[in-house]
Amino acid sequence: MPDVSATALPPVRRSLLSAPSRSDSVFRAVSYTAGATTVGIMLAVGLFLAVRAGNALSVSGISFLFEQRWSPETHQFGIAAVLFGTITIAVIAMCVGVPLAIGTALLLSEVVPGRMRSALVSLVDLMAAVPSVIYGLWGLFFLQENVIPVSEWISTYFGWIPFLAATDSSGHHLSEASSYTSSAFIAGIVVGLMVVPTQTSVMREAFSQAPVGEREAALALGSTRWGMIRTVVLPFGRGGIIGGTMLGLGRALGETIAVYLIISPIFTINWHVLTTGTNSVSALIALRYGEASEFGLSALMAAGLVLFIITLIVNFTASSIVARSRSGAETG
Amino acid sequence: MTVSTTVERESAESFEAEPLTDELERAMSSQRPARTSMPRADRAASGDRRKLRTATLDQRFDLLGALAASLALTTLLFGWFLPLTGIVGWVVVAFLLFIGFYALLVAIRSDRQDVKDRIMTVLLASAGIILFGALIFVVAYTLIRGREALPHLNFFTETMELAGPLDPLSMGGILHAIVGSLIQIGIALSITVPLGITTAVFLNEIGGRFARFVRTIADAMTALPSIVAGLFVYVAVIQLITHQRSGFAAAMAITVMMLPIVIRASDVVLRLVPGNLREASYALGSTRWATVWHVVLPTARSGLVTAIILGTARGIGETSPVLLTSGVTSVLNLNPFSGPMISLPLQVFDFVKSPEPNMIARGFGTAAVLLLLVLALFAVARVIGGRGPGQLTDGQRRRVAAASADDLRRMSRPSTTAVPVSPLPEETVE
Repeated sequence: MPDVSATALPPVRRSLLSAPSRSDSVFRAVSYTAGATTVGIMLAVGLFLAVRAGNALSVSGISFLFEQRWSPETHQFGIAAVLFGTITIAVIAMCVGVPLAIGTALLLSEVVPGRMRSALVSLVDLMAAVPSVIYGLWGLFFLQENVIPVSEWISTYFGWIPFLAATDSSGHHLSEASSYTSSAFIAGIVVGLMVVPTQTSVMREAFSQAPVGEREAALALGSTRWGMIRTVVLPFGRGGIIGGTMLGLGRALGETIAVYLIISPIFTINWHVLTTGTNSVSALIALRYGEASEFGLSALMAAGLVLFIITLIVNFTASSIVARSRSGAETG
Repeated sequence: MTVSTTVERESAESFEAEPLTDELERAMSSQRPARTSMPRADRAASGDRRKLRTATLDQRFDLLGALAASLALTTLLFGWFLPLTGIVGWVVVAFLLFIGFYALLVAIRSDRQDVKDRIMTVLLASAGIILFGALIFVVAYTLIRGREALPHLNFFTETMELAGPLDPLSMGGILHAIVGSLIQIGIALSITVPLGITTAVFLNEIGGRFARFVRTIADAMTALPSIVAGLFVYVAVIQLITHQRSGFAAAMAITVMMLPIVIRASDVVLRLVPGNLREASYALGSTRWATVWHVVLPTARSGLVTAIILGTARGIGETSPVLLTSGVTSVLNLNPFSGPMISLPLQVFDFVKSPEPNMIARGFGTAAVLLLLVLALFAVARVIGGRGPGQLTDGQRRRVAAASADDLRRMSRPSTTAVPVSPLPEETVE
């Protein structure tokens, strides 16, 4: 062993910090500026919404959440009806989308063999990129007329469930086809199809990360494939299912064009989801921004702010659940 | 199992080759013939390879039989026995009967677990078929309805300036919308690409508390509904600054939508760059900037391009932000800073609001153009992407090999007299 004291070591430790080179300091400055610009843009959006919405919110107060009518000119406005419509459409979309997404994700991660799997996975990714206006066109020109008999049938045989009923004010069952057009049900189906690809890819990713050892253990104990899925893949992918569902929910809540094309806007709460007339916050903004006065715009921004806060909560919950369910890098 | 046999074989070989000197030798020599041994490939009886994936004849019969039975019974029910009508009802009843018959047939030969397994597999497969069928149908429907307008060449070379709603499809076109879309997405890309990628580099390479804050904000922004982004630009840019709708305002709205998408996707790609490449670069004494520019970005290039193209596909199809900001026009407008400038998705929206069949046909034609554009972008992204960081194409590999051979020549030239290096060009190049 060499004698440390004998060697010519300097008495003070060498500093491990080095002065950054010029290119490094420029790089650092540019990077920080880019990060700050991004934050600046994002905060500007948030602050602008909050400040401009404050004007309308200070006039309406808490009744903004409970008032159904929308006439800012007479200071009687609120988002109860539009928010209700937004949520019914999103809930219907989830009822359509989530079973399809879970089934397809399990199919892709567990059943389909190699080559076909990668082709189908790309197809799902491609579908997530199809513009929403195209889904809207399909819903408006094809789905609408084909769904009406289904709506009629459901309302006839399941009308005893309150929200599936289709009755007029005197309690008679509606039988004309025109009573079933432009409903929340149709908009919900279209939005559901639109968000399924997003949900499927999140869920498939979570399912395919279920540990191989535990899968093989289940199979080695004599489990069938479904038994293995039920006992290993589904419990392991639960975070992915919840997270994927909520990511899709966030998109469904904010969807504008497909909903705007299909619905016929009303400003009352319509519990009968199969019958004509519903509304959504984003459709309200698209509908009213043009003719809005200064105060009307402020009211629209308040509605947009509420929508943004809801999607923000949904998305953050989703990403925290997804992040907790899998370790390391996430893909998006 | 595998491990133990491998060890045994290795030790047996080394025992043959040279005597072991430690305790292992005694253990080996005193050992009785091993109870497990490697199977000899030439002696093992080998029959036909078992096919693990294919279904047996029974299974196929169950499937086809159930299908035939359900179709027959449904036809009977709908045609003769019950007052049922409608294609949707027919499909639903046929599907339910199919599940029932299939369960019955499987149950003849198998136990409950097996029945459950097969039923669930069928249900998963049908979820997939419904989903893929519906999605492909949405795309095909647009393309088929669009075929009325697409064959007219003037559809791509004229604007709607002189064509009214009642004019035939041989007049007017969507040149102005195509040009408008390209200008708007061009402006949006020229902002989002440098800003987004620099921010993603900042998040990954510099890090720290502020970077975490930036990441949180960017994540929050992915939740921003597109219509709210449009409303923001309408109030903040159009009402306060420009006082008119313009292509630039629409590009701003698209930028607000695309920026978080590009940041997130690039962030994911940069995170996949192997840490040892960075460490090797730092260990060679390079600065942080040199590492980013010469190691991190080139490694992630294909992934970054994919991220940008997918962001472009999303941005070009966004309707709601441009609905509020770009304004509707039927005239070709090349100046993004003044006057309304329409884009493809908004043109679709504008066309189908009209009740005229010709305008609706034009709307579907425009939608088909938009869809084909998105599909093309996606295909390009697939061709470029699909390779992880550091995986090279053949051409890239040849170029890298040539570069390193070059380096070797350069480095070995002055040292031929001073230090005798022993270059093995073939091996080093590889």
